[in-house]
Amino acid sequence: MDGYGDLIAAEDVLLFVNAAITATGQREFHAGAAEQQLSLSFLHAYMLGNYREPYAAALALDINDHNAALIIRGLLESAAEATAEQRRTEGRLIARRLALLPPQRVYRLFGELRRAKVNNRRTRAILREWLAARPDQTLDAVKYRAGLKQALRHAHLPAAAAETGAFLFGPAARGRFEAPLLDAWRRAHYQQSALYELPYTVAEGFARTHRIPRATFLERITPQLTRLERLRLQESARGAGVDSVRADAVELGRMPLTRLASYVLGLAPADRLARRTELTAALRTAARRAAGAEAGQWGRVAAVLDDSFSSSGSGAKRRRPLAVALACHFLLEALAGRYTGLWTSGRTDALLARPTGPTPLGRRILDALDTAPDRLLIVSDGWDNAPPGLAAEVLRVWRTRLDPDHRTSIVHLNPVYDAEGFDVRRLAPTVPTAGLRDAEDLPALVEFARFAEGRTDLTELTAHLAARTARFLAGPGSPAGRTTGANSEPGEDT
Amino acid sequence: MTNRTTVRLDLTGLTTRPAQVWGGVRLVPLVRHQPIDDLRLHQELFGEEHRTVLLDRRTAYTAYIPHGFVADWTCDRTPAAAYGTQFAAPADRPGAPPERIRIRPPRRLAQRAGADRLRFVPLHLALEGYLALHFGGPTIAWEEWSQQALRRGLSPRAEEAYAGASVRGLADALRVFEIHPGQCGLALYVADALAAAFVVPHPDDYRALHRSLLLDLYGELVHHYALLAAPVPDFRADLRSSPIRSLADLRGAVDRQEQQWAAFHDHTMAEGLLAADYRHRPVHRMGRFTLSRFLPDFRPKQENHLGETITDEHGRIAYLKTFRLSESQVRRGHLLDRLSAHDWRLSAAAAELGITEAQFALRLEAAGFGHLLRQDILDHYRRRHREGR
Repeated sequence: MDGYGDLIAAEDVLLFVNAAITATGQREFHAGAAEQQLSLSFLHAYMLGNYREPYAAALALDINDHNAALIIRGLLESAAEATAEQRRTEGRLIARRLALLPPQRVYRLFGELRRAKVNNRRTRAILREWLAARPDQTLDAVKYRAGLKQALRHAHLPAAAAETGAFLFGPAARGRFEAPLLDAWRRAHYQQSALYELPYTVAEGFARTHRIPRATFLERITPQLTRLERLRLQESARGAGVDSVRADAVELGRMPLTRLASYVLGLAPADRLARRTELTAALRTAARRAAGAEAGQWGRVAAVLDDSFSSSGSGAKRRRPLAVALACHFLLEALAGRYTGLWTSGRTDALLARPTGPTPLGRRILDALDTAPDRLLIVSDGWDNAPPGLAAEVLRVWRTRLDPDHRTSIVHLNPVYDAEGFDVRRLAPTVPTAGLRDAEDLPALVEFARFAEGRTDLTELTAHLAARTARFLAGPGSPAGRTTGANSEPGEDT
Repeated sequence: MTNRTTVRLDLTGLTTRPAQVWGGVRLVPLVRHQPIDDLRLHQELFGEEHRTVLLDRRTAYTAYIPHGFVADWTCDRTPAAAYGTQFAAPADRPGAPPERIRIRPPRRLAQRAGADRLRFVPLHLALEGYLALHFGGPTIAWEEWSQQALRRGLSPRAEEAYAGASVRGLADALRVFEIHPGQCGLALYVADALAAAFVVPHPDDYRALHRSLLLDLYGELVHHYALLAAPVPDFRADLRSSPIRSLADLRGAVDRQEQQWAAFHDHTMAEGLLAADYRHRPVHRMGRFTLSRFLPDFRPKQENHLGETITDEHGRIAYLKTFRLSESQVRRGHLLDRLSAHDWRLSAAAAELGITEAQFALRLEAAGFGHLLRQDILDHYRRRHREGR
């Protein structure tokens, strides 16, 4: 390939990676779900047709689960087009990624493969291996009944135990089961006390049939809740007058940082004020854990964080961009030696962040540059509107006239996929922009963002991807820089 | 019309902030540094879609009125009602429909003493002023005018407008618009034509009423522009021309950029609204505030806005809502104005415009006022026009 082709290839790959990190096919502030899905499906088709290897290698990066599932599906659907060597790498990447995906997503993916009539030998083998690696098939049989049934049927597999097979495929009316969980499910149809032995999501349906009051149900199901279910239900449980669901500060500190930030933003300002010490401590703990060995190593850091009205996200992704910005605030505070966080609204209390007002990014960047930082990070959806394009001008002038030797490294992180541009929105050509899903991925993304600065070298990018793939395939826990996957429990909703 | 003065709109106290663009719609926020606290507006949604207001025994004003504004003011003044204004229901009957409007202000003064609240229907006050323009018809019974024109004036008089929801892209533009802190107003451009200006006294009112722009009326011109226009470009900041050696220089350049934009907007983009003279008619006094409506001079082929204002004792605008007339509406207003200026004498009006009587009559007909002329005279003019005389 000539140099020009290389350049385009590198740009395409970067663009796709940004999209795969941020896009979820859900409604965003500026675009509807249909637009997002259309735009994303085009990108996937384009990448699969033109750059199959980087497309598969994206599985090793910190892309989101929605795109991981789409990539796996794309690869399996078009297996015939791949060479033997490609298939080998893809198979390993897919198996590794599937192990990291939450089970409900994997079961949904299997369902999609079944509907698309993808049932080649390779797909069946992947299915079989993934199912064999599940720690407890009886739990899956109860919790993901339809998914597991469909998967077994699709791959022509017997259930791990004869009883599970009977549970899934046998007639509805039958005698007791030996496995306690299966029997609890059978008894829960007529015995209220049995449903509290079931996982929360399953028990919820039974509670509805038995017309159990919400408060009683939550009180008694508490021991069965997974950690994230507990986080999610806390506030609604408090509303129902149940106190047992409540997670304490220590438990909150163990939550993934971005999720915790989302939780904090979901609280009313009065609650946030009342629980300020507890919430701040939990956020700091989570941030320190996410920072890991790099804590305190980043020198002087300034951040411009977007809390404009557009960071309220949409009904499908409530306050997501703001939550990411809040999480970044605490993470950068942990990473930096000296940290200055500037919100676009001019507010100084991060805990009380609220999505309102315009986005005067240009002025905030100026304020941030005033502190003479070593690194400047901008977390924004890129809709710079007060006035439009000022951020780009300020950054351009800074780079060309005031700081031509790159004393300050500037990176723009964007949590929102722009369906129209097939990429995250950029602020300025001189400043690299990277998609951002969870604040926890920030260090890895800042490293990756250097490829987006100026003219990208394809060989360098390919080498980086190969290294990440090798690390991903060898690594015991998670994709590099990703901490959420490592501590998720089996069978847990994520 | 009595008590009529010519004024300009005085937007002192409001600063223009950078515009936000969505498709063909450009929204320019107007920010008030000192909010007006002693006058507040809030919205009232009406259940029914049509509303008929009896203006007097013979005249009824029927319109689609999706919402109304309620103005509250705090200084103790005697409220006076006016032509075309709807009063708030008394506090003890909150759900009651708006009062019928009677025509003579003095009577209402007596009725409404003591209340510090006024309900009015946004834009209708202004539109009704336009519809009622020279509504009485010919003042002197020249022979050209038909019996109908002499007996019933311009009645029935109808104009068309589009609801904001049917202006393409407006709903999305208002949804994604990011309201500035302290924002009290908005200038709305469609395909860079000023479609409406909206100002309220207090930022909280604006926040509450922002979406009400979607319920307002927009002229045919605005609707067509929105339908046909391509997306408008952003006015992006540009610092290339300023010499910059330090961060302070950069900051200065940024400030200049903002001032330049504000000046450009106020003196170029909004010139059609702000630099024009308006016939202004106070209709209601509310303490130190005055509710009035204004009509343009009906200059053909130019921007013409009509609207209503609440101004304080210095004439500064606390509340403003405008409606952009479409070209044919301007023409109708213009023709009626000219006729009225010459006491409805066809030949005199035609002479002023430098056209023949026949041409003027045909213009009247094209504008939808054919029924005002006697049929035989109109036929006569038509024949004269055909024969090229």
